[in-house]
Amino acid sequence: MPPKAAPAVVEPTSAVQTLWNAYKDHTTDRLKFIDAFLVFLMLSGIVQFAYCVLVTTFPYNAFLSGFSSTVGQFVLTASLRSQVNPENKNEFKDVSPERAFADFTIGSIVLHFFVFNFLG
Amino acid sequence: MPTAFPLPSDLSPATVSNTASLLRIVALALISGAAIASRLFAVINFESIIHEFDPWFNYRATRVLAAKGFYEFWNWFDPTAWYPLGRVVGGTVYPGLMATSGVIYNLLHALNLPVDIRNICVMLAPGFSALTAWATYMFTKEMKDESAGLLAAAFIGIVPGYISRSVAGSYDNEAIAIFLLMFTFYCWIKALKLGSALFGTLAAVFYFYMVAAWGGYVFITNMIPLHGLVLILMGRFTSRLYVAYSSWYVIGTLSSMQVPFVGFQPVSTSEHMAALGVFGLLQLVAFTQLVRSHVSSKQFQDLLLIAVVTTGLLGAAAFVGLTYAQKIAPWTGRFYSLWDTGYAKKHIPIIASVSEHQPTAWPSFFMDLQFLIFLFPAGVVLCFHQLRDEHIFVIIYAVMASYFAGVMVRLMLTLTPVVCVASAVAFSSLLDTYLDAAEPEEEVAEASGTAGTPAVASKKSKKAAPQAEAGNAFTDIVAAAASAKKGDSPKVKAIYGLDTRLAIIVNALGMLAFFVFHCTWATSNAYSSPSVVLASTNQDGSQHIIDDFREAYYWLRQNTPETAVVMSWWDYGYQIAGMADRPTLVDNNTWNNTHIATVGKAMSSSEEVAYPILRKHDVDYVLVIFGGLLGYSGDDINKFLWMVRIAQGVWPEEIQEPNYFTPQGEYRVDDKASRAMRESLMYKMSYYRFAELFGGGPATDRVRNQQVPKVGPTLDYLDEAYTTENWIVRIYEVRKEDLLGRDLKSANAFAKGKKRKRSKPLSRRRALL
Repeated sequence: MPPKAAPAVVEPTSAVQTLWNAYKDHTTDRLKFIDAFLVFLMLSGIVQFAYCVLVTTFPYNAFLSGFSSTVGQFVLTASLRSQVNPENKNEFKDVSPERAFADFTIGSIVLHFFVFNFLG
Repeated sequence: MPTAFPLPSDLSPATVSNTASLLRIVALALISGAAIASRLFAVINFESIIHEFDPWFNYRATRVLAAKGFYEFWNWFDPTAWYPLGRVVGGTVYPGLMATSGVIYNLLHALNLPVDIRNICVMLAPGFSALTAWATYMFTKEMKDESAGLLAAAFIGIVPGYISRSVAGSYDNEAIAIFLLMFTFYCWIKALKLGSALFGTLAAVFYFYMVAAWGGYVFITNMIPLHGLVLILMGRFTSRLYVAYSSWYVIGTLSSMQVPFVGFQPVSTSEHMAALGVFGLLQLVAFTQLVRSHVSSKQFQDLLLIAVVTTGLLGAAAFVGLTYAQKIAPWTGRFYSLWDTGYAKKHIPIIASVSEHQPTAWPSFFMDLQFLIFLFPAGVVLCFHQLRDEHIFVIIYAVMASYFAGVMVRLMLTLTPVVCVASAVAFSSLLDTYLDAAEPEEEVAEASGTAGTPAVASKKSKKAAPQAEAGNAFTDIVAAAASAKKGDSPKVKAIYGLDTRLAIIVNALGMLAFFVFHCTWATSNAYSSPSVVLASTNQDGSQHIIDDFREAYYWLRQNTPETAVVMSWWDYGYQIAGMADRPTLVDNNTWNNTHIATVGKAMSSSEEVAYPILRKHDVDYVLVIFGGLLGYSGDDINKFLWMVRIAQGVWPEEIQEPNYFTPQGEYRVDDKASRAMRESLMYKMSYYRFAELFGGGPATDRVRNQQVPKVGPTLDYLDEAYTTENWIVRIYEVRKEDLLGRDLKSANAFAKGKKRKRSKPLSRRRALL
């Protein structure tokens, strides 16, 4: 999700700069690590989607499973991120970080089971 | 603290909770037993037999699965259905039901329990109804508490609205689908409450099972996004919603595409686009929230809001654009017929012709739900009172399902669970309020005046917190209503004395008792007929079994070559394939409208027109259902107008519906019947030699209460092959072309003329045997 377009209209540098600084200052290293993975997944998804639009959709199920695997992994990781984020502690009263990671693992396994089945 | 009745005071909390959980387990076990037992009327009154129409196909497919294994089933091409087209069964079926039976079958055989596959199929629906009761218990527990859950489980266990589709032998997709529906919803609510990706994944896995089992999965596909959307619009977005919805949607959508019959629909049809849209919206909102938490500048946030709204609008525009560009399939006809009840009649007569697609009549709500239908709105109001996220779900579900149940009879089935849940919430609130032994202390109550409600709440502190809360909910509503009427300051509303309590409780228990009586009566009388076997009552009250259908199907099975093609109206296709094991032209999988219209045309045109059609399709036997002798109203003459209409849809020049009515616009089969009617193949086959049965007396058709002509129709191109005991099923053999090249009519006339010169032999009815 590249949201920088809208802020770029007014005060392009300063607003994004503030955001970036705030992010750097207030995010723990763990979350930054997760974010790096998220960015990688997003790029991978964009590449696949561009291929699908520009070149061919031909093995449609293969495209769908590849794209779903990035999107799915992205949202599962994003879920993990929000669950282990200390700011959300009172929202996830019953989900400890360990539990969140276990959930993440199970979700990913199930997701990739279907991905492999669908690759064809 | 004063109490209305003495309470034991020497019990430790641990004892109380242990006893309560033991009682819950016992109650659930008993409810499961009751749910299974009440579905066995069909087996006890008749026999262990597969019911109705669609189950016969499911049963046949399951037999293939059990005998040949899963891969064979998956690749099964059935050349005998839709002759001569055939049907790719593996790709046009929801395999969940058959797979479930297959797994159970193999499991039992692995345990050296040689159970017949038919018995597994017959008992599958009752077995799953017990699981449904459990799933409803879990679901309702999330809404209120365990006692409401138990009530809901008991309601869903015996409510006729669900039993109607799940009696023993009713081996249809709905048998397992309602359990899956409730369990998916439970997982969804749980995921939303906890913010757990595990429950989201579980919801997705059960959603996958549901997709594999029933076309009604689209209901879940739209219910959960709708719930998510409403929560977002109410400003109730939380990270929990994001976690629950994202994990459900991604895994659920990918897994649903594994079912061949569904294929790429989840990414290409309008029915599934709402889920995708809400998924995208959630990503946007979640991202906005994240940015917000880092930057607090007002201007920045405004810009962000505009960006989100713009993206949302762009997404909607892209959806519309793609629909016009035909990248996304528009809504299907079945969907339109949900919103415009007249749509199907105009455009898709084949959907309108099915009785369970008709709008629901008011009495059937009472028949199917009895007193739950009165409690249902009260339960929904109670949900409004608390309005946690999960209550919003019940409210949306109630609104949507009520509408759909009003549109189509069969969708009563999706309404039933939410009615049970909401009624259980209402009923258990009532019981909570009136079973509570706490008495208000009068002087405090009168003194406190406006602070009445908290005072009551504090007195109920003895009870578990959520229960007291819910109990309050009910009292509050009563109080609010009462104070609104009086218009003065609210007074303490509480229950005084034993007599008031008894009056309410006895009434409530009375309602429950009547409910049980009603359910048992409705199940045993209305919903337990296999419809393959009919029952009537003799004059001495004993039961008389009418077994014409199986008689006819077994006659076909034993007296015709295996390749003999049987033509009948599509209702009987699955039964002929299942019981007679003969190829059919059309069956209940109504995928090819033209083929069905061809059969309709053959049935509704004259012999001369119909004969080439029959010959071109290699038809050897024609089978009609005729109820005129016995008064069986579901026969082909009553369905005849639908055949005409469907044929008219394809051949509007040759078949016209008005031709089949008398000039006065009446639908008649007697002397005044129109010419097209009298000459139609269906009429001739139904009434062929019917008048002879009455020995010269007036021949009465008992379904339509009309006297048919004394000189019945004659047949030149067909021979009567078999007629069952009560004339319900009549089978005709199609004559081959005349050996001398004459047309069959003149050949017939010639043969008759010859016979007349000799001594006319007595025509024997079953001569062709």
